[in-house]
Amino acid sequence: MNFLRKTLDNIKKPFGKGEKYERFAPAINAFDTFLFVPNHTTHKGAHVRDAVDLKRTMVTVIIALLPALVYGIYNTGYQYFIQTGEAFTFLDAFIHGAWKIVPMIAVSYIVGLTIEFIFAIYRGHEVNEGYLVTGLLIPMIMPVDIPLWMVAISVAFAVLIAKESFGGTGMNILNPALTARAFAFFAYPTYMSGNKVWVSEASSVDAISGETILGSLAAGNEVSYSFFEMFQGAIPGSIAETSTLWVAVGAFILIATGVGSWRIIAGGIGGAAVMGFLFNLWGANALMSFDWMNHLVVGGFAFGIVFMATDPVSAAQTNRGKWIYGILVGIFCILIRVFNPAYPEGVMLAILLMNVFAPTIDHYVIEANINRRKKRWATAQIKTA
Amino acid sequence: MSKDIRIRKGFNLNLDGEADKILVDIHPSKTFALKPGDFFSTTPKLLVKEGAKVEKGTPLFFAKENPRVHFVSPVSGEVTAIVRGAKRKILEVVVTQDDAAAAVKHEIPELNALDQEQIKEILLKAGAWPFITQRPYGIIASPEDTPKAIFVSTYTSAPLDVDYDFLLKNNKVEFQKGIDVLAKLTENLTLTADASFKGFFEKIDNANIVGVSGLHPAGNVGVQIHHLAPINAGERVWVVNPEDVVNIGALFTTGEFSAQRTVALVGSSVGNPQYYKATIGASIAALLEGAKIDNAQPNRYINGDVLSGTATAPDNYLGYYNNLFSIIPEGNHYRMFGWLPFVDNNIPSMSKTSLSWLFGKRKAKVNTNLNGEERALVVTGEMEKVLPMDIYPMQLIKACMVEDIERMEALGIYEVVPQDFALVDYSSTSKIEAQDIIKQGIELMIKEEG
Repeated sequence: MNFLRKTLDNIKKPFGKGEKYERFAPAINAFDTFLFVPNHTTHKGAHVRDAVDLKRTMVTVIIALLPALVYGIYNTGYQYFIQTGEAFTFLDAFIHGAWKIVPMIAVSYIVGLTIEFIFAIYRGHEVNEGYLVTGLLIPMIMPVDIPLWMVAISVAFAVLIAKESFGGTGMNILNPALTARAFAFFAYPTYMSGNKVWVSEASSVDAISGETILGSLAAGNEVSYSFFEMFQGAIPGSIAETSTLWVAVGAFILIATGVGSWRIIAGGIGGAAVMGFLFNLWGANALMSFDWMNHLVVGGFAFGIVFMATDPVSAAQTNRGKWIYGILVGIFCILIRVFNPAYPEGVMLAILLMNVFAPTIDHYVIEANINRRKKRWATAQIKTA
Repeated sequence: MSKDIRIRKGFNLNLDGEADKILVDIHPSKTFALKPGDFFSTTPKLLVKEGAKVEKGTPLFFAKENPRVHFVSPVSGEVTAIVRGAKRKILEVVVTQDDAAAAVKHEIPELNALDQEQIKEILLKAGAWPFITQRPYGIIASPEDTPKAIFVSTYTSAPLDVDYDFLLKNNKVEFQKGIDVLAKLTENLTLTADASFKGFFEKIDNANIVGVSGLHPAGNVGVQIHHLAPINAGERVWVVNPEDVVNIGALFTTGEFSAQRTVALVGSSVGNPQYYKATIGASIAALLEGAKIDNAQPNRYINGDVLSGTATAPDNYLGYYNNLFSIIPEGNHYRMFGWLPFVDNNIPSMSKTSLSWLFGKRKAKVNTNLNGEERALVVTGEMEKVLPMDIYPMQLIKACMVEDIERMEALGIYEVVPQDFALVDYSSTSKIEAQDIIKQGIELMIKEEG
């Protein structure tokens, strides 16, 4: 360890204060601090600090994402082999999935981190860890057959427009990963919807339909999957969102570690369940009569509410606001699904919509606090007068 | 007796190096110093020159903001140094003690015969007025004000903080006398004490006694005020430390300025943590004489607790107000892969991304490593967990950062002092300096609103 440390210190020398490559220090620091927590000590404020930092928080989110990702890789292969009718093993399916998905993740990280590093050097601050999560989320919510160059453009759009143009990490209004998906959705609709994009190489294999459940519902077709199949996730869909089971494992990790807001998750599930139930009572069409419990396990709802709605930067920031925000995401998700079958993926639009309204929700929560204080002042002055 | 208050939000940092219940005399200190920096937002105007002979109780300087507030020498001797920093700012007024033990004597009439103005006049003249601080802002009180309440908190919750029941066990008479004096200045004198075990404080007369229990920052008097007598715009609440109640009581008993300051020397770098009977402004060198300090690594010396205290050096002097002196190792070393969740669980953490909560009862050794790097504010909701007040901490911090005075006022700047944000510093994922931001916010308020 000492040897490694010395080597690193030698490499870092030309990047030090007043040295030749000083302005590139954020880039080298980003790598160094992944090996070692730096030797920085406190200068102002509390003399001792908690062990938690942003790296640890973000890595916890990545750990929470892994079960869904691994299942998503397997399911990609599974859907492919089911479609072609070939015999396959678990390993075959996994390798097929990995062959498809690992390049997407690589492209997402390379493009996104390059932009992040350039901005860090340009702005003279350290590289924030937020993109480690965003960069993994983006491929996880894309259809498997999307060309890599589209992934790259979506990533660039999300990082530049949704994040850096607002001032970088912590300043963005919209969730960057969802922005990437929304960009791809509206820019390349033929690659993002229909019945040929959700199963690996479905367009070249002329076989059974690979529609998502919400897609077939919107088209007025019957759903041939049981609740358990939908919950377990062996269904067509975006790469890693199909399995509510493994998303729930991720949710457990996020809530147990306190990294994800349980208020938003609970509010979202509650809001969607109530909305779904109300539509069940109405029941004017297939989407309305679709059982409210099924609503919770199909499409990207579970993935969205656990991993995207809980993004602390774009969500509401006050505890009360988080409840309201979560409930509204749930309600709007089901509303959009039912009333706007052109966009069966309601959760993406619902979260982006509520991202925009989150500051407004917080505003009213904080105004209530201010009014409470001002009221107390008013009554106190009457007493003394 | 009022309803007790119980604080559920917060965090107790359980550290190694708590002081044993042993009270010894400090090794005699030759030099003593008053540091104007201990008096927040006070500009000193010198009354003595280098070489001047002073007695205990002789004014050394007064406050430019209020010329009636005098700061007096804690011992008799000679002013041997006036240490100045950048822009000739006065850092220390050093007095070298002589053997004369001369003291300024004040005529103290019978307490019952005194009205509020006369009591204030005695406190001001004798140099005991700086013992009284005020909220909002945590500055020295203005003698022209009438406080809505006076608070004395004997409940402590900061890491390794003192036990006032033990610390003041030899001063019960003076404490009661001091309370009697303060009770003449307000109708609402509140004395808070530990709710689970009440020592001698519950037998104190003339005060409204309230029990406090719960997690740090329950011992912060600002938190107690927030729950018992929240400060509205224009109101003042005065605060006196328990030992300064004793000092005020002693002044009204003997007629001499009392500068008693009992200090607990604590922290994992101290081999024999215990209580020392000392005097305000004593040299730290004297305090460390005989203490077994582990010098195998560099240490940080802190006037106060490890969360909200002020860093100092072993050749400096004790602070004016603190009963606690902490010494912990510096943390200027690297930790390989220390950012991974669930590693290095020996570092206490509020976050469940560490398993340290499993060892909650264990006494942790901590150092001054930042445990990460400063980042943009990303995680939300963590500040609220450690600020048990009806205040939105992140919004208040942001209002301070953009210097929006109206919003700071609306969000509750009158009710907080930097110390209340110590745990926000501690628990911050983004390693923000909340205490510093709040301090600058308060300085701005004082400048703009007066």
